Order: sequence, then structure tokens, then C-alpha cells
Amino acid sequence: MTAFDLIRRGAPQDCRPWTRFLLTRPQWGALAEALAADPAPELMALWAEPAMIHAAFRSPAEGGLLLASCPAADGRFPALSPARPGAVRFERMLHDLWGHVAEGAVDLRPWLDHGRWPATAPLSTRPGAPPFPVPQPEFLPVEGEGVHQIPVGPVHAGIIEPGHFRFHVQGEAVARLEARLGYLHKGHIGLMLGKPARAAARFAARLSGDTTIAHAWAFAMAVERALGVAPPPRAVALRAVMCELERLHNHLNDWGFVCNDAAFAYPHARCGALREGVLRACQAGFGHRLMMDRIVPGGVTDDLAPGGAEAILAVIAVVQAELPALLRIYDSHASLQDRVVGTGIVAPDLVARFAAGGHVGRASGRGFDAREAIPYPPYDAWPPEVPLLETGDVDARVRVRIAEIGESIRLVRTLLADLPAGELAVPLPQRAGEGVGLVEGFRGDCLHWVMLDEGGVVRAVFPRDPSWLQWPLLEAAIEGNIVADFPLCNKSFNCSYSGVDL
Amino acid sequence: MLWPRLARALVRPPLTDPAPAVSADVVQALAERLDATAQARLGRSLAIRQVDAGSCNGCELEINALNNVVYDLERFGLRFVASPRHADVLLVTGPLTRNMREALLRTRACTPDPCFVVAVGDCAVDGGVFKGSYAVEGGIAAALPVDLVIPGCPPTPTQLLEGLLALLDAQATAKTR
Ligand code: SF4
Repeated sequence: MTAFDLIRRGAPQDCRPWTRFLLTRPQWGALAEALAADPAPELMALWAEPAMIHAAFRSPAEGGLLLASCPAADGRFPALSPARPGAVRFERMLHDLWGHVAEGAVDLRPWLDHGRWPATAPLSTRPGAPPFPVPQPEFLPVEGEGVHQIPVGPVHAGIIEPGHFRFHVQGEAVARLEARLGYLHKGHIGLMLGKPARAAARFAARLSGDTTIAHAWAFAMAVERALGVAPPPRAVALRAVMCELERLHNHLNDWGFVCNDAAFAYPHARCGALREGVLRACQAGFGHRLMMDRIVPGGVTDDLAPGGAEAILAVIAVVQAELPALLRIYDSHASLQDRVVGTGIVAPDLVARFAAGGHVGRASGRGFDAREAIPYPPYDAWPPEVPLLETGDVDARVRVRIAEIGESIRLVRTLLADLPAGELAVPLPQRAGEGVGLVEGFRGDCLHWVMLDEGGVVRAVFPRDPSWLQWPLLEAAIEGNIVADFPLCNKSFNCSYSGVDL
Repeated sequence: MLWPRLARALVRPPLTDPAPAVSADVVQALAERLDATAQARLGRSLAIRQVDAGSCNGCELEINALNNVVYDLERFGLRFVASPRHADVLLVTGPLTRNMREALLRTRACTPDPCFVVAVGDCAVDGGVFKGSYAVEGGIAAALPVDLVIPGCPPTPTQLLEGLLALLDAQATAKTR
């Protein structure tokens, strides 16, 4: 029996648009075994409630997701990490936030909990006393002649988010990199619980500030599906315009930064100027440079400001006009190409095993883009063209993003040319429901699951940033490279710290 | 390919915006906190070390934008440095997560005196939306005395620039007193 057949034998629960199947613990154990035998089903997310474990899977052959749950009233459940390496960090997080122990797990060292919260397992029904003294982190050992360690962070030299990187180095080459994150844990899930959907949306919008649009949209989509309402067409189109502008400004930013990390300043300066133009157009069109809090469950808060469309169209024309010249400069400088080509390679089979999305996946042969693979309005009417490369190096990730800049420009034009008239939002009915939202942000697919109670208040929620499935691959990408290339590799991924630290 | 573009850039008007105006009240308040020795050591330039103490990364995006050619922070004598040991200003964002508290305190311990601590963003002011969470301290002031706050979610680069220029003006004011 395939893993998916096993899931479908569970008791169906009313989750929209994808049914969630409640398995018994032996069934979940059998699922773990079936997954080990069949590499095809992708683990997209793993999360919990105080007495329940949930997982979202995707079968590339079937399209859509499949959700499965396992009761864990005693705080134990059969681990998925022996079958799916992407489950490792989720299982460590489940232990730290809810106290659930994944039996047979590959790795159960603490992840988000650094021993500094007032209680352990803060989201469980039985939080425990914090450890004393604060435990030291343990890193996986590396053996070999002349191996030494380089600890980096949490406070980095640049203006970036905090995280600790432990390099084991032999000569110049990195033998192993291990990231230790969790420094940004703000208690997102705990803050969203018990809040009305509109209030909880503010936290979704601040899961990762650079992806505020995609996360706010995915959360709104989950709430709307749970309640069985559809946002008005004008709101849908405006959401997509904002989301493509967000993709555009982030891709420009990171392209510039990759060049800068190779000490090539010109593209960085130009990309910075172009991006600033995009952000000012966002301010003109939507009243906020990052467009925070403009997407709410039910629709959008504000209409496009007068003159906003013209400002946006003008700036994307400027970006489009300069792209070919920038690309020629990127292509024609051997000193730059020497740094990016062949650096930080992620093998396609690794990307497939982790189900990594975004440019990380698409640079290594995994063509998944939620806008095209599991389309949602308005992309069902205007599907994007999805660039796909196989080489998996820094250069491939940059090129995927450059191609996406062009697509975003095309989509913004199409959407603005045909902006539907009408309402900006629909009222939310007050009732219970469960839903999943999946939106392609600039980093990859943002997956939000939410359960509302009769009062329309969030009873359970999980926002999954795409970086959950990309971070582990950064550790693989740097292996065998020199330490000096780490900033390049890191920037070509540009994983979110805040998004996974929750 | 690149050279003609660079040459053309020489004759074009700059992309850089004019400097924003600075509030006299803020300058006065800051100047009062600066003693003569401090201004003697700092001169009219500031080295800034940014510390993310739990931000959502929105504030970092806007702080990064200060370095682009449009805001061109360095023309004011303000620059970001890689080590707190070289810094005069700690620019701190985020609601101060419990997991970042020690790292922030250690960063401050590495920063020579005199040192301004600037709390950037609503989160850094008092925890912002994250106030009350088990995982945050609720603002930078919970760990360090804060000299200047720049609210906003996130503050725009122009607002950031106004705040930082106020620090510079405060030094000049302190010098003439
Ligand atoms: S103030 Fe706003 S933008 Fe800045 S870290 Fe807090 S939530 Fe993010």
C-alpha cells in the first residue's frame, strides 16, 4: 500500500481545500515505514497542537496536498525523520514548543529552546521548569587531521539576522557547517492563539518582514478557505500585484548583494537604486514601502492610491530597461563569474528529498512553484512561466531569480491592465473551520494552516516559511567549499531566520 | 560594458536624495546627554554597529537601504562597521528576544564608551506587537539604557536618517556649548 493510500484510510476531517485524515498511532507508524520505502511523497510541513501531530504531504503526481494527523495525548509519536530528512528540524521544534517526543527521531537536540524562556514546552498544556544553568549547545563532531572550528554569530558582521554558524574546517575547506538558529524566537504561534483572525493576521505579516505580503496572503487564504468565503476579484488582483512587487524588490536586492559579496560593487549599487525605486512606487501605490498589513483575511485594506498604478508601471519600465545591461555586466566579468559558477552546489536529489522550494529548488531541478503547480487566483488565469535549472550553484540560483524578475514585471503589467472593479473585502462570518493557504513568496511556498473555533478565534495555527526546507541544504551546499565563499552561498539562498525561528 | 556606464555616470546628476531636516528638540535632548569628553572623542562622524535583537527583518531591510546610493549614509560621516569594537552607536532592532539578550549584552560590553544605544522600530521601543510574549523582554530598554528611539514599523530610511543626523547634530551642539 502506498503512503497516500495509508493516509486516506484515516478518518477524514473537514479541512479545506485539502482533507485532513486522522490516523491512529499504528497507522502513523505504518505511514513512516511506507514513506521510507517510497521517496515520492514530499513532506511539506510538520507541526502540532497540544495533543496532536499534523503533517502536510504533496505527491508530485497528484497535485494538491494531503494532510495527516496522529494523536499524541501522551506527548509521543513515531518519528518521520528516518524517512524524510526535512522532518528533523520540525521534530526538534515540536519538542521545544509542545514537548512532543518523536520516537526513533534522527536528532532530538534542542532547536528553538535555548534554555532561556520562563518555561519549557511553552505551548503545551504542561509547561516545565527551565533548565539551570543554561545548557551549552552541542554540535555534531567532526574527526580528521587538522580539523578546527570557526564559530560565527549570532551577531554577524553585516546588517543581517542573527544565527550561529559552526564551521568545521580542514585547511581552507569546510568539512561541516552546522547552523544553530532560534535566536529570533518571538513566540509567534502563542501570540496568534486566541485572537480573532483579523488580529492574528498582523503576526502573520511579521513572521518575516521581507515576505510580509506572501505570508499575510497565505494566512488570509487559510482563514478564507476555513470559513468558506472568497475574497473579491479586485482584492485578489491587488494581492498579486503586491506579491509580485515584493518578489521584484527582494530579487533585485539579493542579486545586488550576491555581487557585493563577490566584491563587485557596480551591480549592487544599481540594484539598490532600482529596488529603492520599486519601494517608493509601493509607497505611492499602497501607502507603505513594504506594504505591511495591507492584506487581511477577507480582502485588502486599501485600494490602489490615485497615481499608484502609474508610479508602479513607470518603475517597472525602468527596471526592465536596465535588466539586459545589468545581465551583460554580470555575464561578462570573469572575476565575478569565477566566484559564482560552480560554488555552493546543491545536488538535485537532495533538493527533491527535502522538497525545497523557491529558487533553491528551481536551480536544482525541482520545478515546483505554487503559482503554477497548485494554482490559486489570479494565477489560475495568468500562470507564470517557471524558470528551471539543474546546475544548483550560486550562479543558477541567481539566474532563476533574474528570470523571475522578468516574469514579475510581466505579471504586474498584465494585472494592472485588467484590474477588476468592485469591493475590496468581504465580511468574515463568525464560525468554526479549518483551512490551508499556500502562496508562492519570493523565497518559495509559504504554507499556513489555521483552525478557527465557533467565535472565529484562532484555536490552532502553523505558519510554515519556505526556509524550513532550504536551511538544511545550505549546510550541504557549503561542504567542500572554502570558508570565504560562505557569504556568497548564504546570500544566494537568503533563507529567513525570523520565519523559521517563529 | 561597464566602463562606458561608469563614464556616463560621471556627468549625470547624482541619484542621491537631499538630506532630511532634523528636529531641534531631539538634538537638544541628545546634546544634553553628551558630555564634553564624549564629543571630543567622537568628532563629527559615527561608526554604527547594527544588532538584530529579534526583528522580523523588516527593520533590517530599511537600515540596509540607508547604504544604497539614494540615501548614501556615508556622505554624512555615518558608516556601518563590522565589529562592535569599532562602533560609537549600537543600532538595535526587535523586541529583544530572550534568546538574544546575552548576545546583545555581550555586544554592548565589546563597544567602547561613549556609546549611544538607538532603539529602532516599534518592537525595539516596547516590544511592539510582540509585547507580552513569553519569548521576548519587551524592548531594548529591558537590557540597556536607550539614548534615542526611532519608532515605526519599520521606520523609513528617511526617518532613520533623521534620527542618526540628530545624533551628529547633538555632538556639534555639545561642542559649541
Ligand atoms: S518594528 Fe515592525 S518591521 Fe521592525 S522588527 Fe518590529 S515588526 Fe518588524
